[in-house]
Amino acid sequence: MNRWTSFNKFSITLGFGFLYLPILLLIVYSFNESKLVTVWGGFSTRWYASLLENQALKDAAWVTARVAFTSATIATVLGTLAALALTRYTKFRGRFLFSGMIFAPLVMPDVITGLSLLLFFVAVNLDRGIVTVILAHITFSMCYVAVVVQSRLLSFDRSIEEAAMDLGATPTRTFLQVTLPVIAPAVVSGWMLAFTLSLDDLVISSFASGPGATTLPMKIYSQVRLGVTPEINAVSTILVTIVTIGVITASIITKRREVQRQRDEQAAFAQG
Amino acid sequence: MVRLVNGIFNRLVIVIPFGWLLIFFLVPFVIVLRISMSQTAIAMPPYTPVFDIATGWEGLKDFLSQLSLDNFLYLTQDSLYLKAYISSVTIAFFSTLLTLLVGYPIAYAMAQAPRTIRPTLLMLVILPFWTSFLIRVYAWIAILKPEGFLNQILLYLGIIHEPLIILNTNTAVYIGIVYSYLPFMVLPLYSALEKLDGTLIEAAEDLGCTRFQAFWKVTFPLSLPGVVAGFLLVFIPATGEFVIPDLLGGSETLMIGKTLWAEFFSNRDWPVSSAVAIVLLLVLVIPIALFQNAQAKAQGE
Repeated sequence: MNRWTSFNKFSITLGFGFLYLPILLLIVYSFNESKLVTVWGGFSTRWYASLLENQALKDAAWVTARVAFTSATIATVLGTLAALALTRYTKFRGRFLFSGMIFAPLVMPDVITGLSLLLFFVAVNLDRGIVTVILAHITFSMCYVAVVVQSRLLSFDRSIEEAAMDLGATPTRTFLQVTLPVIAPAVVSGWMLAFTLSLDDLVISSFASGPGATTLPMKIYSQVRLGVTPEINAVSTILVTIVTIGVITASIITKRREVQRQRDEQAAFAQG
Repeated sequence: MVRLVNGIFNRLVIVIPFGWLLIFFLVPFVIVLRISMSQTAIAMPPYTPVFDIATGWEGLKDFLSQLSLDNFLYLTQDSLYLKAYISSVTIAFFSTLLTLLVGYPIAYAMAQAPRTIRPTLLMLVILPFWTSFLIRVYAWIAILKPEGFLNQILLYLGIIHEPLIILNTNTAVYIGIVYSYLPFMVLPLYSALEKLDGTLIEAAEDLGCTRFQAFWKVTFPLSLPGVVAGFLLVFIPATGEFVIPDLLGGSETLMIGKTLWAEFFSNRDWPVSSAVAIVLLLVLVIPIALFQNAQAKAQGE
């Protein structure tokens, strides 16, 4: 029975229109000649050119890139470990607290996380700057990585690990040569998620940051408060483009790997 | 030796992330609680008492005796805070309901879509989630402002003759929340609806249910876990939202995230902002516990 009715097509069209129209408008108007953001004055790339001369914005972008790269990398390691701990060790003391601390940050309002981290940094006398922003970003993004990797681990066929161990591989070697290659796509998308979350964060950075560590969202926010400008449209367009290319590339790679894996499995079965 | 190394490896898998979260997630909350019971002071850090480990046991007793619940009492005395809490919860609740109404048909249609295009649709829902929250909220300013795109279209079509004032009102906050959190609602709904066994609906229709009855009596109840997950995933962060009320809301918009931010950055009152955070956490503790529970259940499956 066909349930792909015109009502459903209508909902999808409307829904995706709602999701994408605002971003499309923002992108289109970043190429606007006019200084007025809502009046079309002809095509121009002048706002992109003026971005290149904005040193404060470039500095902020560089801070953000360093923060996002470092925090995503460390968060991926910690999050993957956390996912392993959650799926492999069903009983250990404090497991309830542990899983609570993994899931709570996913919904915790940013203002609470930000405030608590700032008060912590002050209490332990850590000077606020790029390091504290990185520490803060690791803390919330490792939880997202943990959830992404965990969902992959749950559908993982553990018999191939057992086979490796039966054949004499140590658990460490089994992990590196069997487990890690299988969960690699999830680990990679975890890294990307952590990277974009860090790229994106305004509230937690504002609390955790100090002088000299202004991130791009903080810079954008302070300009947005003064009003909508085509320059911000341009910087937003660049960010959206980077993220879109990243996500699409990652999903194509994952899909290819998945197809390859299925082929390999079928081949293995055919031989066996 | 190998066994020992592997034993240590196994331990570290738990100890490292657990330790990290204890230090950077749990300990900070204890500190917030402790500062919420302190008094503001013109010093660095800007509160008293400060505990000095060198003063030993007597110092600790003295320190504890100076802690008080005055800040919490203050929150109940100034009606601004109570109003902000109530209005945050109300705005979050109704906008979450709206998000559900908007998100359900989308998730439903995605689950009915031909198998071949489902991954693409799924990616199209996830993509906005990856793009900056701040930018997506910012995009709405140009749409909603008096001379913005929405008013231009409505005036052109002759539906209105005066520009509507939407930006800097609660309406804009509702739109902002629905828009920003829509993917969080659609994804759990979709995963619940996709698992649904289509033959159940056919059976209901064969037994004489109309399409709507079949939906209401079969599909909707079976999608409830997704509804609950989506609801909590939107409601909890929306209650403490700062960016949306700050950029889209106006002077009439009272939300606790904004109050906390102002208390901290403008008034520099750390003890009161800590108390505001603690009360917000208390407001959210039940929905957060429900969310944890739902997650644990989903894991069990």
